[in-house]
Amino acid sequence: MPNPLRSEGEAFRFLLGAVVYFAAIAIAGVINEWAGLVVFIVLTVGVIVWWWRAQRREPHPVEAVAVPHGPDDERRILVIANETVGGAPLLSRIKELASDANARVLVVTPALNSPLRHLASDEDAARAAARDRLDRSLAALATNGIHARGQVGDGDPLQAMEDALRTFGADEIVISTHPEGRSNWLERGVVEHARERFAVPIHHVVVDLEAER
Amino acid sequence: MAAVDHAAHPPVAHQSSRVDARTLGMFLFIASEIMLFGSFFTIYFFVRVAAGTQWPTPPYHLPVFVAGMNTIILVTSSFTMHWALQSIKRGNRSGLKAGLVLTFLLGLTFLLTQVLEYSRIGFTPHSDAFGSVFFGLTGLHGAHVFVGLTLLAAATIRAFRGHYSEEQHHGVEIPGIYWHFVDVMWIVVYTTVYIL
Repeated sequence: MPNPLRSEGEAFRFLLGAVVYFAAIAIAGVINEWAGLVVFIVLTVGVIVWWWRAQRREPHPVEAVAVPHGPDDERRILVIANETVGGAPLLSRIKELASDANARVLVVTPALNSPLRHLASDEDAARAAARDRLDRSLAALATNGIHARGQVGDGDPLQAMEDALRTFGADEIVISTHPEGRSNWLERGVVEHARERFAVPIHHVVVDLEAER
Repeated sequence: MAAVDHAAHPPVAHQSSRVDARTLGMFLFIASEIMLFGSFFTIYFFVRVAAGTQWPTPPYHLPVFVAGMNTIILVTSSFTMHWALQSIKRGNRSGLKAGLVLTFLLGLTFLLTQVLEYSRIGFTPHSDAFGSVFFGLTGLHGAHVFVGLTLLAAATIRAFRGHYSEEQHHGVEIPGIYWHFVDVMWIVVYTTVYIL
């Protein structure tokens, strides 16, 4: 559904819709009060159903993001992970990819938050928790001889990747998730969407924290 | 006194990239407008439905026909506004200027007609609750038309000074969005106050 606040064209179409909607109610209301009420109910329900179906039908647009590259003699690896950020399979995959002497690693942990807290801009706790996980992960990487930088990203992992790519031209991206069935990111198709959106190799690492315990 | 280290530039502002700042600004602005009009409509429904006031209170009559003509004028002004923006997007400067001038003149006609009707309507805001609500709602909308005309005047002057291009026309787009919403609000006001 077009957002009437985003452009003049969409606001104009919204106005035309409003003219038709109110004209139908007014004409029916003048003929008979009850007819006006019926038209109001039918049109309002119709608009809600149409909007709901349009929301389900329209896939989210996939915008290809141009990924800037770093110097040719450097290999840049972007790691996106949250709860699985300290998992052994992830650490070993990063170690494998970063074996090159000129490798640079950036670890991004999205600040996961509830929708309500996000709307209320109450992100401090989410960012603090993400920072905590990130610090532990960076320490674990350092213990394994990998010196990585880290940053807390947007709560949406795709947005966090896009933000990071704008300042860190990655040659490849590593996405770490829980196993199928327990991963919210897999359910949302984060890995597939990332492959459609970013023109760099995407590695998917599954970390089973329960098995590691 | 200890020396204070100053960074070469201010720290980068933390901004969620999920919502565009201009869109968020417009959302917040329209939300505040809805709340403002909503409070007036609450009074309207309270007076008309809850208190059962006759609408309009006898012996007064609302100028439904003139207001209907005014509605057509205002809706037409949205078409000319849309034409103005589409023109500049195609590089047609004459269309932009003509569209903006026509929109401004149609908006001015709407406002002057409303003022003229106020002087002839036969009741005042302090006649009774009906009068207060009528002048409150239509007056609030009239104030928005006045603001819209001010924005349009600025855009028109800039257009005649050679501003705006196919790529740069934000100064026309934003008043355009505002103008369409003023029109939508009038359609709601006209339907509820004059027709139903």
